[in-house]
Amino acid sequence: MSRKVLVLGEVRDGSLRNVSFEAIAAAKTVAEGGEVVGVLAGEAVSALGAELISYGADRVVVVEDAKLSKYTSDGFSQALLAVIDQEQPEGLVFGHTALGKDLSPRIAAKLSSGLVSDATAVEAAGGNIVFTRPIYSGKAFEKKVVTDGLIFATVRPNNIAPLEKDESRSGEVSSLSVEIKDLRAIIKEVVRKAAEGVDLSEAKVVISGGRGVKSADGFKPLKELADVLGGAVGASRGACDAEYCDYSLQIGQTGKVVTPDLYIACGISGAIQHLAGMSNSKVIVAINKDPEANIFKVADYGIVGDLFEVVPMLTEEFKKLKVHQ
Amino acid sequence: MNIYVLMKRTFDTEEKIALSGGRINEDGAEFIINPYDEYAIEEAIQVRDANCGEVTVISVGNEEAEKQLRTALAMGADKAVLINTEDDVENGDQFTTAKILAEYLKDKEADLILGGNVAIDGGSGQVGPRVAELLRIPYVTTITKLEIDGSDVTVTRDVEGDSEIIETSLPLLVTAQQGLNEPRYPSLPGIMKAKKKPLEELELDDLDLDEDDVEAKTKTIEIYLPPKKEAGKVLSGELSDQVKELVNLLHTEAKVI
Repeated sequence: MSRKVLVLGEVRDGSLRNVSFEAIAAAKTVAEGGEVVGVLAGEAVSALGAELISYGADRVVVVEDAKLSKYTSDGFSQALLAVIDQEQPEGLVFGHTALGKDLSPRIAAKLSSGLVSDATAVEAAGGNIVFTRPIYSGKAFEKKVVTDGLIFATVRPNNIAPLEKDESRSGEVSSLSVEIKDLRAIIKEVVRKAAEGVDLSEAKVVISGGRGVKSADGFKPLKELADVLGGAVGASRGACDAEYCDYSLQIGQTGKVVTPDLYIACGISGAIQHLAGMSNSKVIVAINKDPEANIFKVADYGIVGDLFEVVPMLTEEFKKLKVHQ
Repeated sequence: MNIYVLMKRTFDTEEKIALSGGRINEDGAEFIINPYDEYAIEEAIQVRDANCGEVTVISVGNEEAEKQLRTALAMGADKAVLINTEDDVENGDQFTTAKILAEYLKDKEADLILGGNVAIDGGSGQVGPRVAELLRIPYVTTITKLEIDGSDVTVTRDVEGDSEIIETSLPLLVTAQQGLNEPRYPSLPGIMKAKKKPLEELELDDLDLDEDDVEAKTKTIEIYLPPKKEAGKVLSGELSDQVKELVNLLHTEAKVI
């Protein structure tokens, strides 16, 4: 059964986020041969339509308004609902990002539909679209189907491979005019904290520090290593509780769940709550002074040693490797 | 001020997950208040203490959740409501829970509703915003600061590490992010008092809902555990050689760099 599926293209700092291309790939599976329509909402975003098409969208609908310059659930839900009303889709896919998490339940409630949040895989099987998603922060997984109405899902960054970019693909980019009514919540100010560098949830490499990092300054060598690898810095709850870093860096059952290609745990003992947040990473490296640390049980590679010795050496070695590449 | 908190009973974060008969095995497991809901309860108590009013904690679940509701009362909430769906709802989803909560809340004239931004078991983070939409009130998710001045509200919201300062007004629903506050432990007098505080138990009938009204829109067809991770290779030798070996392994064997 083919379906028309809408995908929200998420724009940050003027560019589309990778997760939107991953969402297009997921939407293709949900569509089962039907049309995949990209949706862009913002102020002056229509130029990005072509990129959604090059990643597999058949066409793109754009809603532009000054009130959409920053994401608000009031503004974006009005824009999205207008597009949904025009297009009458049978499927809807967003990224499971701060924006997607905030917006998708509202749209689902408005449409009285189900919503499968945080899917890490999607397949068409036995006449159903089956989503896989982590539960208990990745300690278990469930397979889920929508039994009634719209097939609506958010997809976790870094898990579903995007289609290959093909700039020869063409499709229509049309605009829909929507009168955005008053917003009930206004963003007065955005304080940038973590934005310098790579977003933790989308990073391919995460360098994470625990209590062993000992101080806020102790995160510096980790940041240097992350910069060399184009990765992001994370932390265990222990490091956050000790105020070595901001809670926004926390990885674990409370905090963020990450699935990078490479996770390097530095001075992290490996409490079960932390493992829940990172154990589904593709490759895990542990650096810890204590050979008995629990983290070694889930690590693919381990070095028993002082992170303040090992991490700078690693940074130098990776620099050499990058030079040779 | 009329304050409500949405609370879920969840597995303790220390618990390992095991399956029995294709379901999560709950036998012998410790249960707690969902940690993010704990921040919501603490914030609700602080808002009440600063503005007067009453804090009511609501949970949708079975009678087991009474224990966590009593804990919330011991922390300082004034009233608790358990909407017991055990006999009516076999496989609910977020649509189900939100519908039930909104039905309960629709005539309560809540000024402020708080919840956790996500439950650490199901992990969907849907129920808060769904309830707000059903009640047609604004919401702000993943908040780290809440300031109320009359009916004006200034909220700080965590957005993937950045902070947004948002101006909005009551009535409002917010979901708590870590860092919002430091939840208190129930004191002994608090625990004694909690035993006498009202805990109302309702069923779908009491809300004029029947099973069909809240029938789930999604269905879990399988639960499985991730493949057990084998312990890997702990390197040995001179530290500098280990580092070189590690970089080489990541490059040539694991191929992630």
